Parts: sequence; C-alpha cells; structure tokens
Amino acid sequence: MQFMLLFSRQGKLRLQKWYVPLSDKEKKKITRELVQTVLARKPKMCSFLEWRDLKIVYKRYASLYFCCAIEDQDNELITLEIIHRYVELLDKYFGSVCELDIIFNFEKAYFILDEFLLGGEAQETSKKNVLKAIEQADLLQENLDFQIRLLPGMISGLLTVESVAVSVPVALVINLIPSERGFILHVLSFWSLDQTKTKLI
Amino acid sequence: MPAVSKGDGMRGLAVFISDIRNCKSKEAEIKRINKELANIRSKFKGDKALDGYSKKKYVCKLLFIFLLGHDIDFGHMEAVNLLSSNKYTEKQIGYLFISVLVNSNSELIRLINNAIKNDLSSRNPTFMCLALHCIANVGSREMAEAFAGEIPRILVAGDTMDSVKQSAALCLLRLYKTSPDLVLMGEWTSRVVHLLNDQHMGVVTAAISLITCLSQKNPDEFKTCVSLAVSRLSRIVSSASTDLQDYTYYFVPAPWLSCKLLRLLQCYPPPEDGAVKGRLVECLETILNKAQEPPKSKKVQHSNAKNAILFEAISLIIHYDSEPNLLVRACNQLGQFLQHRETNLRYLALESMCTLASSEFSHEAVKTHIETVINALKTERDVSVRQRAADLLYAMCDRSNAKQIVAEMLSYLETADYSIREEMVLKVAILAEKYAVDYSWYVDTILNLIRIAGDYVSEEVWYRVIQIVINRDDVQGYAAKTVFEALQAPACHENMVKVGGYILGEFGNLIAGDPRSSPLVQFNLLHSKFHLCSVPTRALLLSAYIKFINLFPETKSTIQEVLRSDSQIRNSDVELQQRAVEYLKLSSIASTDVLATVLEEMPPFPERESSILAKLKKKKGPGAVSVNELEEGKREGGELNGGGERGGDNSAIATSNASTPSPSADLLGLRAGPPVTAAAPSAGSLLVDVFSEAGVNDDGFLSSAPPSVVSEDPAPPLPESNELLNKFVCKNNGVLFENQLLQIGIKSEYRQNLGRMYLFYGNKTSVQFVTFSTTVTCPGELQSQLNVQSKPVEPLIEGGAQVQQVINIECLTDFSDAPLLNIKFRYGGALQNLTLKLPVTINKFFQPTEMASHDFFQRWKQLSLPQQEAQKIFKANHAMDTEVLKAKLLGLGMALLENVDPNPENFVCAGVIQTKAQQVGSLLRLEPKRASSDVPINRAQQ
Repeated sequence: MQFMLLFSRQGKLRLQKWYVPLSDKEKKKITRELVQTVLARKPKMCSFLEWRDLKIVYKRYASLYFCCAIEDQDNELITLEIIHRYVELLDKYFGSVCELDIIFNFEKAYFILDEFLLGGEAQETSKKNVLKAIEQADLLQENLDFQIRLLPGMISGLLTVESVAVSVPVALVINLIPSERGFILHVLSFWSLDQTKTKLI
Repeated sequence: MPAVSKGDGMRGLAVFISDIRNCKSKEAEIKRINKELANIRSKFKGDKALDGYSKKKYVCKLLFIFLLGHDIDFGHMEAVNLLSSNKYTEKQIGYLFISVLVNSNSELIRLINNAIKNDLSSRNPTFMCLALHCIANVGSREMAEAFAGEIPRILVAGDTMDSVKQSAALCLLRLYKTSPDLVLMGEWTSRVVHLLNDQHMGVVTAAISLITCLSQKNPDEFKTCVSLAVSRLSRIVSSASTDLQDYTYYFVPAPWLSCKLLRLLQCYPPPEDGAVKGRLVECLETILNKAQEPPKSKKVQHSNAKNAILFEAISLIIHYDSEPNLLVRACNQLGQFLQHRETNLRYLALESMCTLASSEFSHEAVKTHIETVINALKTERDVSVRQRAADLLYAMCDRSNAKQIVAEMLSYLETADYSIREEMVLKVAILAEKYAVDYSWYVDTILNLIRIAGDYVSEEVWYRVIQIVINRDDVQGYAAKTVFEALQAPACHENMVKVGGYILGEFGNLIAGDPRSSPLVQFNLLHSKFHLCSVPTRALLLSAYIKFINLFPETKSTIQEVLRSDSQIRNSDVELQQRAVEYLKLSSIASTDVLATVLEEMPPFPERESSILAKLKKKKGPGAVSVNELEEGKREGGELNGGGERGGDNSAIATSNASTPSPSADLLGLRAGPPVTAAAPSAGSLLVDVFSEAGVNDDGFLSSAPPSVVSEDPAPPLPESNELLNKFVCKNNGVLFENQLLQIGIKSEYRQNLGRMYLFYGNKTSVQFVTFSTTVTCPGELQSQLNVQSKPVEPLIEGGAQVQQVINIECLTDFSDAPLLNIKFRYGGALQNLTLKLPVTINKFFQPTEMASHDFFQRWKQLSLPQQEAQKIFKANHAMDTEVLKAKLLGLGMALLENVDPNPENFVCAGVIQTKAQQVGSLLRLEPKRASSDVPINRAQQ
C-alpha cells in the first residue's frame, strides 16, 4: 500500500498515512486530486478505480471516506477488508466511533493504525491482538487524573455542563468502565451541542 | 473496553480543536492558528523550562496544525526531547511527530537515532515497537544506515517478543524498499524464511511481506520458502472456519495471510517437487470449490474475504499458465462473476479475465463470454467498469470476432465518456489494422472513427490510414471513393478533410472516370471545405491542389485561379502564402515532365512500428494490454501492412537558424526550406535548376522525398560555441548562452570520473516555448570516450519561467572534443534550433594531488618522452596578477603546490585525471616572465 487517506464528505482530510517518500507538495497535490475524484463518484459505483499508475480502493462509512492507494499487483478486495478491519478497530476502541472521535483523538487513530499496518503491510490482523497492544500502551499512561473510583455498575451517558473555559454549553460523554480497582471515568469527547454525533457503524 | 482515558488529559488540545472547528471562515481559522503558533513559540522560547506534559500538549497542537495543511517549521527539537521522556505518552507523541514531520536536519537525525537506539536496546517490548514503528514510518536512508544491521538480529533472536518480531519484519521491509543496498540478509536468510513456520499467525503475516519483497529481488536465495508457503497455505485452506480463532475473519480463515502466501508463490515458477506441486494444486482446487459453496454469512465482508483469496489464486493459476484444467475453471468462475450483482466483483472479473485472455489455454473459454462483456460495455453505469469491459474486448479480440468487436466498440464510442474516448479510438484503430483481412473494411472503420469521434482521433491514427492506403494499391480506389462520399456530408470533421485531401490528391484519378466524381467535382468538393479549416489543413489542401494539376491538367486553370486570388497569394500566414506563390509558379513554369516527376505519387512508407501502438503504450493504463501483446500486435500488423511512421511530421521546415515561422504540418512532403539537404533527390535538384533559370529565389525549394528523410536535423554548432566553451575551462558555474529569447545557465560538479551538470533554461520572453526538447550527443569518437545521459526536460516553458535539466557524465577515457547540446523549441510558431558545445573538458576530471618538491621534480624528470610533454609559450593578454592566476589554476582542477619550485614566481600544479579506463597523472608548471610577459606553460603527463 502506498498511502491511506481519511476524509469527510466535505473533503476535509481527517487522517493521512504515507508509506512512500513524497514531498509535502506532492502529498497535497495527490490528496486534492484524489479527494475530488472520489467525492465525485456516485454511491453505487464500484469501490476501485485506476488513478495514475495506482489502484484506488475506497469505501464510505457514514460521513467518512477511507481511501487506500495500492500497487498494480495488490489485491483490491483484501484491501477493502483492511479498511473494514481498521474501522472495526476504531469502533471497538472508541465505542461506536464517529468522525468527531477521529478529529479529537487523531493521535489515537494513528497509534491504532500503526499497530495494524506498518510500512503499508498488514502487521497484525487479529482484532484482539491489536487492541491488546493499544490497551497495554494505554495502561502505561502516567496521567491518572481522570480515573475516578465509582460504585459498581456501568454507566454510560450524556451530561450537559456549563464549561468554564468555553462560554458555550458543551456536552460530555463519559464512560464508566470496571477495572480491578473500581471504575474509571472516561471523558470520551466533548463538543458544542449543535453538532450531532453520528455513528460510523 | 480497554482502560483508557480518551481525552488523554490534554484539555488544551481539545479546546483548541473545538476552536478551530467553530471558526466560521478560513480567515478566522488562520487567525486562530497564527495566535496558537505564536503562543507555542513563546512557550518554547520562554525562560521557564516546560514540563513534559506541556511539551507533549504543544507538540500535539503543532501536529494537528500541520495535519490541517499548514506548514510547521519549529518544534522538532521539543519533539525529539519527548523521545527520551520516561513517560510513555510523551514518548509516543514525540515519535508520532517525528514520523509525520521528519526533516533531514542532520543534527536532529543524530538525536532521533540516539533515542531510537536507546529504546531498541531497552528490552521493553512496547518501547521497542514504538522505535521500530518510527523507523518504518520515516524509512529514510540515514535510518537505514543506522539500523539496517541491528534489525535482522532483533527479528530472528529467540527471545524477541512476537509483537516486536512483527514490527521488526515490516520495518526491515520498509528499509529494504528505500535502501536495498544497506539491508543485507546474508546469514539471516534461512532463519527469516523459517518465520513462515512460526506458531504465531501475526508473525507469519508480517514476515511474509518481507519475504515476498526479498524473493522478488533474490529468488534463488529464498527459494526454500516455496515449500514452506505451500504447506502453510494447505493448513489454512483445509482448516475449519473456527480453527484459527481470532485470525478467522467473518468465517474465512486467515484471508490476509492466504492472499500473501498466494502472492509469494507468484514470485516463483510452479514447484518442481511433485509432492509440493500436488499439494498446491489441491489447495487451488479447494479454493475454487469453496467459491461454489453457499456463503456462510450474508455479510459482504465474508464474500469479499473469500473472493480476495479466490482472485489471488486465479492470479497464481494465470501466472503458472500450465494447468489447462484450472485455467478453464478459473475462467468459468469469473464468467459467473460477470453477472454478479456486486459491482466490485464484475469489475474484478473483467480485469482478471483480461489476463486470462492472453493464455492459449483459456483464450477460447474467455471468448464464450463475449455477449456478456458487450452487454457490460453498453449497460454498466460506472465508467470504470465500462473501461474494464472495453479492455477485455480488446484483449479477447482475434480474427474470428474482430469485426463484431470493432463494430461494438465503434457504436459505444458514440456515447462513450470523454475520459476514455482517446484510448478507445486508439484501440479500435489498432484492432482494425491488426485483424484487417480486407482493407476496405479497415478504411471504412477508420473513416467511421473520424466521423464519430473526430476530435479524439490523434494525428497518429490518420497518418496511419494514409500510410496503409499508400502502401497497398488494392485499396486505393476504394479509399478514394469512400473519402469522396464522406466529404459530401455537410459537416465533416477536419481530420476527414485532411485524409480526404491527401487521398484524393494522390488517388483522385482512380475515381475520376465517374462523372459524379469528375476532377472538377472533386476539386470543388475539397475547396468548399477550405475556408472552414485551420492553417495546417489549408496548407495540406494547397498541396493536394498542386497534385491535382498534375493528375488532371484540365483543372489547371481553375486551380491557378484559386492560387492567384488575394486570399491565397497574399495570405497573412507565411506558410500558406509561400505555398500559393510557389505552387502557382511551379504550375506555370515547369513542363509536364518536371511536374510529373516532382508531384509523383508518394513512394511506399518504410516499415516501422505502428506509431499508434507506441502511443497506446505511452497511454496504457494497467490492465489495458500487456506489452507482449502489443509486441505481437506489432509483428502481425507489420507483416500485413508495410506501414511506417512518418518521422518529424509535425515540423514543416528545417532551417538552421530557425527563423521562418511555420506551424503547419507538411504531409505531402513538400517542404519549403533552404537547400541544405545533401541527399536531395534528383527531382529536387532538377527543380532548383528550373527556378534558377527563372530567377526564382533558391529558398523556394521543393522536394518530393518522403518527409522522414528530411527531418529536423540539429543545427550545426553556433560559431561562438568554442568561445563559450573556453569560458568554462576554469569554472563550473555560470551563464552558458544567452540571446533575446533564451538564457542557459549551468551548474556542474565533478567527482572522480563522474560529473553532474544542471542546465537551467530560462524563457526571457512573455510567450511560452512549446515542444521544447534538448538532445545531448557525442560526435564521432567522443561517443566511446564519454558517457552522457540526460534526463528529459519539460516540453513547455512558460514565459519568464525556467526549467532545469540534469545531465550525468561519465568519463570513460581521455577525450578532446566536447559533447553537443541541441535545443529545439517553438516560439510563437517559429522553430528555434540551436546547438552549443557543453563545457565538459578533460580537466574537469582532475583530482588535485598534493606532492612534495622532491617528488615533483623526480616525476617531472621521468616524463621525458616527447609525447609526454607539451609546452606552449604565449603572450599574456592581461596584466599578470598572482591571485587571478592562482584562481585560474585552481579552477583547472589541479592542486596548486606551494614551496615546490625554487623560483617563487613559478606556479606548479599536480593532479590526476580520473577516467573509467585509467588514471592519468599530470604535472604543470607555469613560468611567468614579467619582462616579456610571456608565460611558458609546461605540462607533463604520464
């Protein structure tokens, strides 16, 4: 695989991963052209197209396009499933992943991708193993400020709070997850209320 | 869910991202970003040392800004600092920043490599993986230099954790792709191959990508992987869908690994060992069988994964091309997919069948699907699928179905998407020519092509039909009749006028017997199109008219009348005017015999590769046609039609100084130009005589030689080119040439016997230069002395713009001439053609050599043979300035030796000329005589 791009229906680039050395200028040019080409295609069209001397494999999940460029001898269908497996990984990690998760936690999206694909090739295709690796890494986090012990029972919900820093009301999605020591409160993400969270899967 | 805190504590980052998202306009976003950049810059520069958390946060913000598409020029150092943090998330963000935003700052690379080295030796698998990911993501040469030796060790070590092995394998793959010379597997080869046997499926999945890439480059060293791959594949294919636990994907066991195994096998011929081969064929049969089984799940992921393996297996079957049974089964399977409701499968089936069509075993089987494919071409809603269908039709075409396929492609052309029309036109033209049994069909097809898609018919296509008509006399009458009919359409494409004009001009006599197409009718028909045509077509028509005068004397007065009219003879276009004047003169002065000789029928074209094929090769997208097939097409086409390409057709006039503007194509080979061609045929010289008697300017020279003979010869070198050359003996950079249009700058560097020259072509005008091309040649024996390679240069230089060209030079042995640089381009339609000498002189390959006084004179004395010494006494043109002299001598490339010559006035130099064949030591002594200002130079060579 030569590169992977994630972009929104509006053409905003959300993630880019390049497995071949290219200058920033070339990258921008390729991105611009490709985003345009793919967005111009109709929903029922096939997921593959020839572009320059590469094969493009893309698939849309909700508002996000996942788009890979592979070489002539590479397998289109298995690439389509690489995309799907990545979406599954994101979904499992973020819990019903949506575009906003990837915007606000872009670094995590990169870390997960690195565990799954390296140098443009599948490194580990087992969902369990990839998530385990990410989990282990997360456990190494030194910053425990956000972990709060709570009563047993898992709660997941949407709270509206008045933010101090930002003058508009923001919503906080929290997840309470059991751990050996009690429960951990996770601030999943927060954003202005006028934006709706849509599921990818 | 894993225990993570999704916000990761970086609240500032989240706030910043929200701010950006809330920006209502691009300007507001840029303003917000600039504010943030200023803030981060001040924090990084501030006196207060930042804690790791803040550093991480700011680096992350920079990363986000970069990913939005803005340039980031600072923060690298802070990111590098994070690498050595002992807090994991800080390290992780540091690595991410480096991976995304690495720059080649050497100081930083050293620091980064140090940090990576520490992590690699930390024995903490998580840290090791991070470091390996970073190497794999950056993959630079510097990193390859630093780690290519270490990583294979990590990969095969017994105590390496599985996850680290996986990263190490793919990391090595990336380094191998960028710097294959630095990754030496050597002793590790067999242990790497045996990773295919690893218990951990993830390790096998990662390792096989590396093994495949290495096998492609060194198949022999890795050939033991074949049997291992077959047994691994066999185990997967025969396993139940639950055996492989988490490596089963939607009920398909290990689809990624299976595909990669099948891909690896495609690097090798079929296994020689019968048992291995039997096992493999069994696997392939099982895969084909499974495709027929009812799906285990309705999910598209299930069928995709299953079919991915199937397509990869079919690729392997096609690669082997030795199992007729499997090939036909594969073809039938793909045939089913041709009508599948999934667009993706139809697309892939069409694509895969294209390669099956070229196998002798399955060609016939593919042909049975012709109706389905034609239907796909007509009904598919997705242009990329239709494109595949057109490719497949092209691939399955042979003599038996050519007429049907060409007819279908022609009718598809009427509604085809603009994006694929040109390629379709080329394909139709090639098939029509390749499988033409009777040439009237061929002519009909091409004329239809022009009628339906005239705008997409490139010059190559209509040149070709004319070549074929000229070379085959059995079709000439039919061609004349058909073009005559086609021209009667009220609106016909200009390409049709060109073909019509040319063919009637040559063979109009063949249909002149019919009163409906009498000479005058033919002429009037052609002339009725004249005013709607562009200059090149008009020029062609004028040539057709003069040919008419020869063919049909009765049209002479009518045509002369036309030529004499103000709109011709005073045409503002120089080319048209010149033709009108010359043709008029020619028709009134020359005798019938002379006319008949000059305007004789065109001689057959020499056989050469069809230019259309060349064009398609250039255009060819993957899957269109294999090169082999093109070659085959060429052979077949060649034997059928003695066709040939007309060289230099786009150019009309070859003049040495290139001042006559002429944008018109000269198809009939009636060229105006000074009589520079030594090989002018007798008819041409005869004509010169005619004109000289009549007192007509010699410039009006006509030649009926095929244009391929009179090509745009490069102009002779400019008279001042020697002087220009001397300017560069002692320097490597500067302006080589300049006139009103063009400036050529030069920058060069030499090392050992190799040199690299950068030429900068600057357009000094405000008008673009088109068809800009340069060629570097080594005249005469220089060819064997110097190896010069130039990269092609952009054909278009905008006004005021500059393009660069790189030229690589290798000195094979000593030489005295300089290579020639020929430059051609069109400026406002006028061809510019100039030749310069490239300043490559033998002294460029000097390697300075330091030497003590004693050594110097001993060597000097040794060089006593007459041919080893050259001495020249010359008058200094300028006042002698020691510093200037020194600079010149250094510029020559030798070492200036101080304190060697007893006479301090003298200059002494030593150097070694490096050529590929030998090294030649040279010594030089310059003895300035102030009184007479003569400077004897002694130079000795050994």
